[in-house]
Amino acid sequence: MGFFDRISEGLSRSRDKFKEQMNVLLDRGPDLDDEFWDGLEETLILADIGGAAASEIVENLRDQATRRALPDAYAVLDLLNDQIASTFTPGGEDVLGGGPAVVLFVGINGTGKTTTVGKLAKEATDAGRTVLLGSADTFRAAAIEQLEVWARRANVPVCTRERGSDPASVCYDTLERAEQEGADLVLVDTAGRLHTSADLMRELEKVVAVVRKRSQLPVYTVLVIDATTGQNGLQQAREFDRALDLDGVIVTKLDGTAKGGIALAVSHELELPVLKIGVGEGLDDLKDFDAHDFARALVGDFDERE
Amino acid sequence: MLENLSERLQGIFSGLRGKGRLTEDDINDAMREIRMALLEADVNFKVVKGFIARTKERCLEAEVLDSLTPAQNVIKIVLDELTELLGRTDSKLVLGSRIPNVIMLVGLQGSGKTTAAAKLAYRLKQENHSPLLVACDVYRPAAADQLQTLGGEIGVRVYRGDGQDPVRIATEGVQDAIDNLRDVVIVDTAGRLHVDDEMMDEAEAIKRAVKPDQILMVVDAMTGQDVVNVSAAFAERVDFDGVIMSKMDGDARGGGALSIKQVTGKPIKFISSGEKPDSLEEFHPDRMAKRILGMGDVVSLIESAVKV
Ligand SMILES: Nc1nc2c(ncn2[C@@H]2O[C@H](COP(=O)(O)OP(=O)(O)OP(=O)(O)O)[C@@H](O)[C@H]2O)c(=O)[nH]1
Ligand SMILES: Nc1nc2c(ncn2[C@@H]2O[C@H](COP(=O)(O)OP(=O)(O)OP(=O)(O)O)[C@@H](O)[C@H]2O)c(=O)[nH]1
Ligand SMILES: [Mg+2]
Ligand SMILES: [Mg+2]
Repeated sequence: MGFFDRISEGLSRSRDKFKEQMNVLLDRGPDLDDEFWDGLEETLILADIGGAAASEIVENLRDQATRRALPDAYAVLDLLNDQIASTFTPGGEDVLGGGPAVVLFVGINGTGKTTTVGKLAKEATDAGRTVLLGSADTFRAAAIEQLEVWARRANVPVCTRERGSDPASVCYDTLERAEQEGADLVLVDTAGRLHTSADLMRELEKVVAVVRKRSQLPVYTVLVIDATTGQNGLQQAREFDRALDLDGVIVTKLDGTAKGGIALAVSHELELPVLKIGVGEGLDDLKDFDAHDFARALVGDFDERE
Repeated sequence: MLENLSERLQGIFSGLRGKGRLTEDDINDAMREIRMALLEADVNFKVVKGFIARTKERCLEAEVLDSLTPAQNVIKIVLDELTELLGRTDSKLVLGSRIPNVIMLVGLQGSGKTTAAAKLAYRLKQENHSPLLVACDVYRPAAADQLQTLGGEIGVRVYRGDGQDPVRIATEGVQDAIDNLRDVVIVDTAGRLHVDDEMMDEAEAIKRAVKPDQILMVVDAMTGQDVVNVSAAFAERVDFDGVIMSKMDGDARGGGALSIKQVTGKPIKFISSGEKPDSLEEFHPDRMAKRILGMGDVVSLIESAVKV
C-alpha cells in the first residue's frame, strides 16, 4: 500500500466519526465564495500548518485566483497542491540512500527515533547494505533493550554499553566496530531530549562532534518529528538545527489522523529535506516521502470533479 | 512571534490614547491578534472560533471601550474566559474507597504513559500508599522492562504476568495487589491510535476486566490540532476521567489542554514536566491560561523559585 493510500485509509476511517471536524471543503461545490476561502484556511490550520502561514497562503491564492481568473475551486486546489509540494525542500538522497554513512537520529522525547532506526535497519539490509546500530540512548529506562529487539527483528548487529554510560563513548565503540566489520551504514539512536534543555542539548552537541571527528565516513544528523506535533515543532527544529546542523527530517505517526503540516514549515524554513515518513509501528511501516502525495494528504483529495 | 501579546495589544490601542473611545474596529484588530496567539498555541480552530466570538462580545461592553487601559482590560477578559474554560479542577489524586483502587492510563504512542505511571506511583508512595505497577503493554519492544526499571528506581513492585495478553495481565495484576497488600493498582497500557479499532477494543476490554476507579489520558503538550480527534475518540471509547499533560517542561504552549476540555469536558488533572519520577505537578488553570497566551512562564518561574 502506498503512503497516500495508507494515510487516506486512516482519514476515511475517521472521517465518518469526525465529519464536522474534518475536511468539509471536499463536500461542497466548487464555487470560489467566502465559504470556500474560509474552509480552505480552516483545512490548512487543522493540518497544523499554522495560523499565520495559512492566512498567507489563502491570501496569496485569492490574489492569483483573481488575477488569473481561475474558474473554480478545483483550479485553486491544483495550484495549492503544487505550491505546497514545491515549498518542501528537495534533496537529501545522500543521507540514507547514498554511499557509506553514519547517521544520528535526534529529536524530542517519544517521537519515534528508536523505532525509525529499527525500520531503517531492515530497509537498508534488504537493499543489500551492511548495517550497524549504535545505542547512544544510555539514559531512558530500557532504551537499550528496545533497540536490541529492533536489531534482532532487522537481523543486524547493535553496539551498546550499559545504561548510564557516556553516549559519546558508545559512539566511539560503534565507529570502531563499524570499521572492523566493514559496515557501510551506521545508524545511531540517541536519547530523546527537549530542545529547551540546555544541558542535554550540549551533551548531544558533544556526541555529534565526537562522531564527526572520529568517523571516516560522512556523518549526517536527522531530526525525527512526530506528525501530531503542533506549532512548537518549528522551535524544536530550529534549536536542533542550531546545535547540530541537521541534514534532514523524518516525520513519524502519519498513520493517525494528524496531517503533519508542521513538517512543511520545518522543511521550508530550515531547508531540510524530508527523508522518510513513518506510518506505523511495524518493521515495514517506513515509506519514501513524496511531496505531492504529502500535499494531497494535507489538503485533501479534490478529484470529485465531473 | 507572539512572545508578548500584551505588548502587541498595547501597540494596537496606543494610537488611540486621547482619541477617547475604542471602536468595534479596534476590538476586531485586537481579536485578530488573540486569535493568532491561540492558534499559535495549538488551541483547536473550532474552539478558537467560539472563544473569540464570546470574548469579543464582552470586550464590546462600554466599560472596556471607554476605559483608560483598554489593552489590560482586554487581556484580563481573555485570561478570565480562558481560565473559566480550562475549568477549576481538583488536582489531588482522589482515590475511591475500593481496595485496591485501580488507575488505568491510556493515550497515543510516546505520549508519556509509562513515565506517568511511575510518577503516579512515586507520588502515591510519598502519600503513604503502597502502589503496584502493572505492565499491560505487550507490543512496544521492552515496554515491560522500561516499567520494571522505573519501578525498581522508585521501589515499587511491578507485575508483568506472561507478557502476552494485556487483559489477563491486568486482571492478574489486581489479584497480585490483593495478595501482596497493595492498595492502588496503576495499569500502564500500550500506546494506541484512536483510529485503530482493534487496539481501541483492547483498551475497552482491559477496562471491562478491571473496572478502573479512574482512567487518565496522557497527552503530549506539543500536540497540535489533531488533539480534538484523538481525545474525542478516547472519550467515546474508554471514557477517561481526566488528563495528564506531559512534556510541559518544554516551551510548547499546550493549547491542546483547552481543546480537550472543550471537546470532551474532561479536566486536566496533572502536568508532567520532566523525565524523572518526581516531576508530576498540580494543574493550575490560571497559569495554564497565561502560558497559552504566552505570558505564563514568569508566574511559574517565580513560584518554583519560592519552592526551592
Ligand atoms: N502509530 C505509529 N506509532 C509509531 C510510529 N513510530 C513510532 N511509533 C511508536 O511511538 C512510540 C515511541 O517510539 P520510540 O521509537 O520509542 O520513540 P523515541 O523517539 O525513540 O522515544 P524516546 O527514546 O523515549 O525519546 C512507540 O510506541 C512506537 O511504537 C509510527 O510511524 N506510527
Ligand atoms: N521532557 C519530558 N519527557 C517526558 C515527560 N514524560 C515522558 N517523557 C519522555 O517521553 C518519552 C516517552 O515516554 P513514555 O513514558 O515511554 O511514553 P509512553 O506513552 O509510555 O510511550 P508508548 O508506550 O511507546 O506509547 C520518554 O523519553 C520519556 O522519558 C515529561 O514530562 N517531560
Ligand atoms: Mg528512543
Ligand atoms: Mg509506554
